[in-house]
Amino acid sequence: MDLFFTYYIYVVTVGFLVLSFVKDRKKTILALIKSWKMFLTVLPQFIAILLLVGLLLAAVMPETIQNIIGAGSGVFGIVISSLVGAFSLVPVLIAFPIASELLKNGAGIMQMTVFISTLTTVGFVTLPLEVKYLGKKTAVLRNVLALVFSFVVAYAVKVVMS
Amino acid sequence: MKAIVKTQKFLIIVIIINIAVLIHYPQIGKQSLIFTSKNLINFLFMLTPIFVCIGLLDIWIEKEVMIKIMGDKSGIRGVLISFMLGTLTAVPLYALLPVAGILLKKESKISNVLIFICSSSSIRIPLLLFEVSSMGWKFTVTRFIVNVFVVIAIAFTIEKILTKEDKKKILYNVNAL
Repeated sequence: MDLFFTYYIYVVTVGFLVLSFVKDRKKTILALIKSWKMFLTVLPQFIAILLLVGLLLAAVMPETIQNIIGAGSGVFGIVISSLVGAFSLVPVLIAFPIASELLKNGAGIMQMTVFISTLTTVGFVTLPLEVKYLGKKTAVLRNVLALVFSFVVAYAVKVVMS
Repeated sequence: MKAIVKTQKFLIIVIIINIAVLIHYPQIGKQSLIFTSKNLINFLFMLTPIFVCIGLLDIWIEKEVMIKIMGDKSGIRGVLISFMLGTLTAVPLYALLPVAGILLKKESKISNVLIFICSSSSIRIPLLLFEVSSMGWKFTVTRFIVNVFVVIAIAFTIEKILTKEDKKKILYNVNAL
């Protein structure tokens, strides 16, 4: 479904591109050159992030992560789960089934909720890229606040679910 | 050379770590490179249309139009539009950032851009049904409602904390991209 959404974006993009080309050929080429330039300026950051993520993935086996989040109980388990989420770059579509599987195997609801929240909203590995676009202060504040609020969301879910 | 080292500090450090791992733990090092190349393909696949779109947006949408829609004086309408744009897109955080950059460049209000990023990363309407199917209704609905308040809280807190100087710096920054 993640893929499905990406295909959808492709269809829309091609549509815009054709429309733009019909309206003004020169402007469209200019736009594409701009796209390319904007892409090049952030490419080194992207490659660095990918290398870092690759390293994390290779060094830490998925089973280890599952064990920590699954077995971790209490405040410690919640904090660890939040950090695992904050540092990972896993698509949510993979994260939801993992979380539901772990829940069935005895993992805490707060651990799972905080994991999903930080996974989607906190990006510690992508922080250098975020700094480039939003500036240091905004990027750091956004990530810290998102991390803090992930606990709030988890607590609320726990209250409702129990 | 010095300038390259300074701007690409992060990349250089990561490359050095990777080489060190490759030498000392060849197994992990190789695995890491395999993961990296796989992810690179996914990244490029995801980012190509995003960058084409922001290029088109940069050329076709006048700054004045964007200011009207999401700028400093866009008010509650700007908030709602940013929120809607965010919740309807379901792309990873890293793909949202270039879009945020172009919105800032067109002088959208920073809190609106933050609403866009935050809502898009935490509330994904296209994925709601999927969330329900694996986590259940109660979980999904609670998370949805709480996240709406969280998004607003984060965006307005940051907007309040940032000084005029900070905002000028951000604008200057994105114009260089």
